[in-house]
Parts: sequence; structure tokens; C-alpha cells
Amino acid sequence: MSSEHKLDSPFAVSFDNVVKTFGDRRILNGQTFSVKAGELFVIIGPSGTGKSVTLKLIAGLLRPSAGTVKVLDQEVAALSPQKLSALRRRVGLLFQGGALLGWKTLAENIALPLAEHGGVSRAEIDRRVTEALAEVGLQEAGALYPSEVSGGMLKRAAFARAIIENPDVLLFDEPTSGLDPVMAFTIDSLIRKINRSHHAACIVVTHDLVGALRYADRIGFLKNGQFLTIGTPEEIMHSELPEVKAFLNPEHSEVVYG
Amino acid sequence: MTIIREPEGGTLANFFSVLGRAVHLTLQALCGLPGVLFRRESRQTFLQQLYVIGIGTLPVATVVAMFTGMILTLQLGIAFKQFSQELMVAYALSFAMLREMGPFMTGIILASCVGSAMAAQLGTMKINEEIAALEMMSIDPVRFLVAPRMWALVIMAPLLSFFTCIIAFLGAAFVGYTQLNVPFLQFIFEIVSVAEVKDLYVGLLKTAFFGVLICTISCSVGFATIQGAAGVGASTRRAVIYSFLAILAGGYFVTRFFYVF
Repeated sequence: MSSEHKLDSPFAVSFDNVVKTFGDRRILNGQTFSVKAGELFVIIGPSGTGKSVTLKLIAGLLRPSAGTVKVLDQEVAALSPQKLSALRRRVGLLFQGGALLGWKTLAENIALPLAEHGGVSRAEIDRRVTEALAEVGLQEAGALYPSEVSGGMLKRAAFARAIIENPDVLLFDEPTSGLDPVMAFTIDSLIRKINRSHHAACIVVTHDLVGALRYADRIGFLKNGQFLTIGTPEEIMHSELPEVKAFLNPEHSEVVYG
Repeated sequence: MTIIREPEGGTLANFFSVLGRAVHLTLQALCGLPGVLFRRESRQTFLQQLYVIGIGTLPVATVVAMFTGMILTLQLGIAFKQFSQELMVAYALSFAMLREMGPFMTGIILASCVGSAMAAQLGTMKINEEIAALEMMSIDPVRFLVAPRMWALVIMAPLLSFFTCIIAFLGAAFVGYTQLNVPFLQFIFEIVSVAEVKDLYVGLLKTAFFGVLICTISCSVGFATIQGAAGVGASTRRAVIYSFLAILAGGYFVTRFFYVF
């Protein structure tokens, strides 16, 4: 958490009875949870249960149908476009596909927020980009275009872009999907490292419960738009809920997600 | 401006909502001129778009203009030759090209070549969450993506229209010389002598207006893209069709404004 931004509440993100509907489909069904500043919170659950929607609500890319979403003490849905824009500078989001601009190199993509917001010299931008590239292990790849790199490199570059402005809240949408186990481990380690070094509240949406058990402070299991349980990795590992057990040992499970 | 919105209300409400957003997008993009000139990233996009619109469409514009001028001269020439009034072709052509055909052809070429590409690019960016990523970086997608394209079209479209008129006149003069036995330079001289300054500037203004319409429609449609690759295809098609319709309707109203009132 940046020292210049002090929060009134201990929570960086809080959901209070949030409902989100798309037409007749109710995606979130009275979701309530909070994430403390500096905490690493992982959301797991079957596909289509509202994990990515939760992230988009935090990012202000969607508005809740009912309930309140607060990020860094500000109710996201009530913010003017200018205030939402200012809030977003304190929130980083790693998209599932990376969402890098195809016509820019990795270094240019990472530099983009700094270059666009102004107030930072070219030399300072170059220094910070070099630093960010080194942090994600892409020192040699800055001049490459997104189409020229692997999925893992793409995600790491997107990671570097998400952290370049030292956000107070970091959101990760399926950061390890489509990656081999070694690369997935690298990304997981990076999330943990950034969480510790930047003291940012990190919220990770993933299907990889085994990875989440390794690095999360708390894990929430989402199903049908509500958390079935929220607990420490230890508590989740020993959960008696059949849905959670199915995630841990799918081959010994009779739970079928509809 | 938040691009990602969910549809609300009925069909009529949606129509006015879309119209309102399109007008807002146009004004926002036009007001983004300082950003286009003074921000490095936007300026790069602007220069690139000037090249794409200006140089990239020149071969198509040349062929279309050349043959349009040749065909019109041939058709009109056959009619006027019966009354030994071959030079009247030059008069008719000057009038038609500067007032209507030049801007109209340019609009159609730009909608097909440039508008479709804009809709496809922005649509793909929307699908790949690049637009959402820009918003997350607090970068206004309209200022960053639309304003440079809008101003590039506003500047290049009239120049391209002027170019198509010149090429059409050269093609017409060639047919006038080979088919109607009118000396090449005399044909050109007749075209220039009957041309009015008002026709020229109204034509150029009209093309700039078409540029605004094409950019607004293509970018709005691109931003509204949903449902993957099929959605990008549908957006591209919609952008071209809506642009054609807007050019036809817009052309009528501009003509009426300058020549009837």
C-alpha cells in the first residue's frame, strides 16, 4: 500500500450483498466478502460462477445490479468518470489473455501507462520499464512484439504492465491458464513476490487450487454467485464440502458441476 | 469515457442511447485535437493513419476515379455528340465530379478500405480485452484510438477527394481526345473554366463530413463488438453498410444546406 494513500477501513476491497444480473441470468447472488490491504486472496470455483465478473466489478468495468462494491474506501459505482479513472490508476488488472496492444513492443506496452499519464521523464520511464522487465524475467524481450513471444512471456509482460505504477490493488484473471506447470509456478511465485514487496492487496481468480494453496493468505470458493466457504489454505485443504473436495481430488469425486 | 456498457431499456431507448453515444464520441474525438498533436502516442497513431488513409487508398482511388471519369465521358459524349456539343461533357463532368461524384466516391472508398479496417481493429481489440485494458490504465480509448483516426480522416478525406477529381478529369480528357476528338488540353481547360470555387469547397467540406461519419460509425460499431471472430466480421459488415447509408443521407443534407437554402 502506497504510503501516501491511507485507508479509513482496513479493507482494500469489500463487497456488501452484491448482486449482478445479465438479463434473466443472476451471476452474483448477494456476494459479501472483504480483502485486507496487503492480503493475497484467491477466488476459486467452477466455470461460470462469477469469478471474472467479481474482478470486473472491482475494476469498475461492470456495475453491480444491487449491493455495494468498495475499493480503497470508494464506492465504485458512485464514482464520476474522472474519479473512476483516478481510482483505476491505483488498481492493476492482469487480463486472462494479457490484453497487450499488438502494434507495440513489450517494453512500449509496459511503458504505456507512464507515458500516457505524463509527469515522468523519458529516462525515468525507461528505467522503470527495465526494472519491471527484470522483475518478471524478460530483460532480453523488451523489443519483441506480443505476436513474437510465448503465452508465458506474454502474461509476464502483462504482469509487468499491471505493476508499473505500483498499484494498491492487483487483480489477476486466470494468470496461469494455458501455461505449463513450470511457467504456472513462475507466475504464482511472481504474484507472491509482488504481493510481499509492493504490499498490494492481490485478488487472484484461478482454477488452480493446488497452486492457490501454496501462495494464498485466504481462499474463497465461489459457486452459483456466492462463496460457499472462505478460509486459509489449511482450512480449505481440510474442508468437508464436497465441492471443495472435488476440486482437490477430482478423480475421487462424484460432484458434477452443472 | 467508459466504453463497456450493458444494453438497457427497449428498442427506442437503445436507439437514442446509441445515437447519443455516437454524438458524444464524435464531439469527444474532435475535442481531442490537442492530444493528437501534443501526445507522443496519439501523434504516432495520427501520422500512421494519415499514411494509411492517404497513401494506402491512392491505388484504389486512382483506378476508381480514372474509370469513373472515362465512363461518364463516354456515356455523356455519345449523347452530346448527336447535337455536336461534345464540349458540354466537360461542363457536366466538372459540375458532377466537384459537387457530388468526387466526395461520394471518396466516401465509398474510405468506408470500404478504412472504415472496415477501423471497425475490425477496434472490434478485435474489444474481444481481446485491449479496450478494457486501456480503461484499466486510465487511458481514454476515445482519445487514444478514435481522435487520431478522426482527425486523420478529416484532413485526408478532402485531399483524397481533390485527387480523385483530378484523376477523373484526366481520364475524361483522355476519352474526350480518343473517342470524341476533343483536344486533351482544351477539354481540361473547359473543365477548369466552368468550375466554381463554391463547388470545390462544398465538395471538400462534404468529404470531411463524410470522414467524421465514417470514423464515428466504424469506431462505435467496433467498440460494440461482441461474440468473438464472428462478431468482428459482423461489425465490419455493419460499419461498411451504415457508412454507405450515412454517406448517401449526409450527402443529400449537405447539398441541400449549401445549394437550396
